[in-house]
Parts: sequence; C-alpha cells; structure tokens
Amino acid sequence: MTKTFTPKATVMDSSDVARALARIAHEIIERNKGASRVALVGILTRGVSLAQRLATLIAEIEGVEVPTGSLDIGLYRDDIGMREPAPLAPVKVPDIDGKIVVLVDDVLYTGRSIRAAMDALIDLGRPQAVQLAVLVDRGHRELPIRADYVGKNIPTAHNEEVQVRMSEVDGEDAVDLGEVIG
Amino acid sequence: MIKHLLSIRDLDADGIERVLQSSQFFRDNMGRKFPTLRLKTVVNFFYEASTRTRTSFELAAKRLSADVLNFAAGGSSVEKGESLKDTAQTIEAMGVDCIIARHSSAGAPNRLAEWVSASVINAGDGMHEHPTQALLDLFTIRRHFPSFEGLRVAIVGDVVHSRVARSDVLGLQTMGADVTICAPPTLLPPGVETWGANVTTELDPLLPELDVCYLLRMQLERQKRGYVPSLREYARIWGLDRRRAALLPERSLIMHPGPMNRGVEIAADVAEFPRSVITDQVTNGIAVRQALLYLMLGGPEAKEEVPDTV
Repeated sequence: MTKTFTPKATVMDSSDVARALARIAHEIIERNKGASRVALVGILTRGVSLAQRLATLIAEIEGVEVPTGSLDIGLYRDDIGMREPAPLAPVKVPDIDGKIVVLVDDVLYTGRSIRAAMDALIDLGRPQAVQLAVLVDRGHRELPIRADYVGKNIPTAHNEEVQVRMSEVDGEDAVDLGEVIG
Repeated sequence: MIKHLLSIRDLDADGIERVLQSSQFFRDNMGRKFPTLRLKTVVNFFYEASTRTRTSFELAAKRLSADVLNFAAGGSSVEKGESLKDTAQTIEAMGVDCIIARHSSAGAPNRLAEWVSASVINAGDGMHEHPTQALLDLFTIRRHFPSFEGLRVAIVGDVVHSRVARSDVLGLQTMGADVTICAPPTLLPPGVETWGANVTTELDPLLPELDVCYLLRMQLERQKRGYVPSLREYARIWGLDRRRAALLPERSLIMHPGPMNRGVEIAADVAEFPRSVITDQVTNGIAVRQALLYLMLGGPEAKEEVPDTV
C-alpha cells in the first residue's frame, strides 16, 4: 500500500532551516567548549545532509574540521518483522572512541529511531558522550529520549506528519506539516 | 520480499538488485554482529554433504543474532526411515522461521515449501538449482564491473551435473549479461539450447573476449559413467591452465564455486592468480546470505505463493 503525503502548511522555509542550523552549530560549540572533540553522525537519509551542513557551519565558525559520518539504523529497529525491510545503504562512521558524538536526525517523534541509532553507534565504539540534534521535534515520545539541540518544536497530532525536505535529496530546503493518507 | 527462494527465477532484476545492494552493506561490515533476527530461528536442513554453504548460512544467521539449528540426515531419524515430510514437520513444530534446504533430489525444497509454513531457501537441490550461489556470484562480479549489461561471461565445464550453472545462467541473463556455456559435448545438458545462452564446445576462441571465466567443478563422483575419456584429457582441452589464463583480458575475473579440483578444471597456480576471486566468492557468500535472511525474515510474513514443483 502506498502512502500519500498531503501538505497543509509549510512550517519552515529555507531561511528558517538555515537560521535553525546556524543556531544549532553555535550551541554545539558553546556546550562542548569548542568542537575539537565533536563528531557528527547523521541518520540516513536527511540526517546525513543535516550533519554535513552542521560540519560546514562549525568549520566556518570555529575553523575546526569535524569528522562526519552516516548511520543506517535498519538492522537495529524494534519494528523488525512489522514492516518491509528497507535495503541497507553503505555507511561511514568516523572513529568515535572518546569523542562527543552528536547524532543528527531530521524529525524526532517516538524516539525509537534514536534508540536504534544509539545501539548502532555503541556497537561501533565507545564515545565519551552522545548528544542529539534534530531539525524538528514533533512530540509524542514513546521512550525517555530528549534532544539536546532542536531547530523547531512543532506540536502535532498523531495523524499528522512532518516532512523535511533537504536540497541535497529533494532539491529544496523546507519543512511541511500535512496528513498521510493510505 | 518473497517468502521462499527456491529458484533464482523467484527474483526479478529489481529483486536481485535489492539483495545485492544490501549485501554491500554486510560486506562492508563483515564480522559485525547485528541484533536484527534475535527472535528468529533458522534451521540448516541438509540431506547432502556440504561445507561452505552450510557454514556460510550458519555464520550469516548467527551474525544477525538468529538461533541456528543444524540438521544433517546422517545420524538422524531419517536413518530409521522417517520421510522428508515428517522430518520437516517435526522440525517446524519446534518453531522454526526459515528452513535452508539442501537435498540430492531436484524439487525437494519446493515440496518442503508446500508442507511447512516457514520460509524455505534452496541451498542446492540435485542437479536443479543453487540460487544463493548465483546471488553471491553476481555480487562478486558486481564488485568489479559497474554494470552487468553486455558483460561477457563463460561458464565452463560439467554443466550437465551443475546446479550452479543453471542458477548462474538464469541470474546473469536476468541482469543483462551475455552468457556462453562451454563444455565437452557429453557434459552439455539436453535442451541446453533453450537456456537462452550461447553454447560452444571450444574454449580457446572464447577466452580473449571474456569479462568472467567461470569454471565448474568436474564432479568426480559422477564421472564413472564415462562422460570424458579421462580427467587428464579434460584438463588438456577444457582446463584453465597458465597458457589459457594468459589469453584472458587483463580485466577478466576467474571464478569457481568450489571445491576446486586443482589440476583438472583449473591449474593449481591459476587459482592463485590476482584476478582469481575464488576466495572472495566465499567471503561474499556470507554477506549475500545475511542480506537475504534480513530481507526475507526481517519483514512481515510475505504472502504465500506455493510454487509449482519441478
């Protein structure tokens, strides 16, 4: 069954996305007293674009090249057996031992993806700390997980959907709120 | 994803592509253990001797955290006369999600798929098919060439007894490769002209054009009926020795499903050439089987389509 997303409103346009990312980049630097120990790991697919953007911004602000990687959480999900498994994409994770790893995702919802991402990450090394950056927090948490850096809080209903578009993947930057039918 | 993999024909080009794409992930992460199938049980249901296929499946399932049972007909109740159906249903009653079946009779996995509700993967049935070998061969080739389209592949040797040849020809053709079967006339199966591949009995003229030279094992246990005058003569005319290997283009791969008869279908030193990917095939086999188990068992139960028996 194919699901169709019907947008109701654009809640962030490209300049809102740019401002939110600039603020998060500053917050990451401030909280960690610089970026020399930070690594950014994006959750596929749009989290990877966001992590790369944050790395570019941190380099511009601090002059520090932050290692960046991507994580496929398909093998760590807790809904295996409940939906069609997605093909797995090649992943690249930098050396995370002793680093402050900032996990980056587009939307924080139930928290289950982040739990899976933490499991995947911890299988790869022993970070000093793991922090979470998301572009949108839409609420409805099912696990005790909270983001350290949030681009925008968007209160939503369960039957609504938040769709993030990134220019690297979708040709433009925007966040839409809408309904999913199907 | 499909519920059973009984023939490589069960996967179309998109299905094969899906398996190959996920295989790359597991190849890149070889040796890592994932929690994915931790509530699943897989049984290796082997009615015929095997080393690499059985251990490869076992390792693949364990790396995905599945519980693995190993059943071998020898030493089991089969020796007391228990039928295949009763044995399979006994195994299934223990709560198995996937049966990986090897049997000396063509079509045995198809019958199993009718009798049990678990997924069935054909790990080699008689002289019929060996679909996971075809997938690992495709994956091995894919790692060296950007596309299968127009790729020139020769499958050389004991085609008549080879389930690997059958699955490889079908899989390669599905992906767009140009396949030639090369064998002594007595080792060409009846009806080979209907396979859609080119057929020849002469190896030397083929070699300079090939991207892949795939050598089949001379099945020594099946040669007593005199398919070839002698193994020495076979080696002289169809074996890949140093002279013939030199006729292959620089880019070409030398492949073999194993176990090799060194000095028969392949010279001992040729098996060690840099362009020989025979040991890679073994390593890739684990990654491909991980991908297959993930895709087949990681989703909601696929709708059952009971296949036709062969």
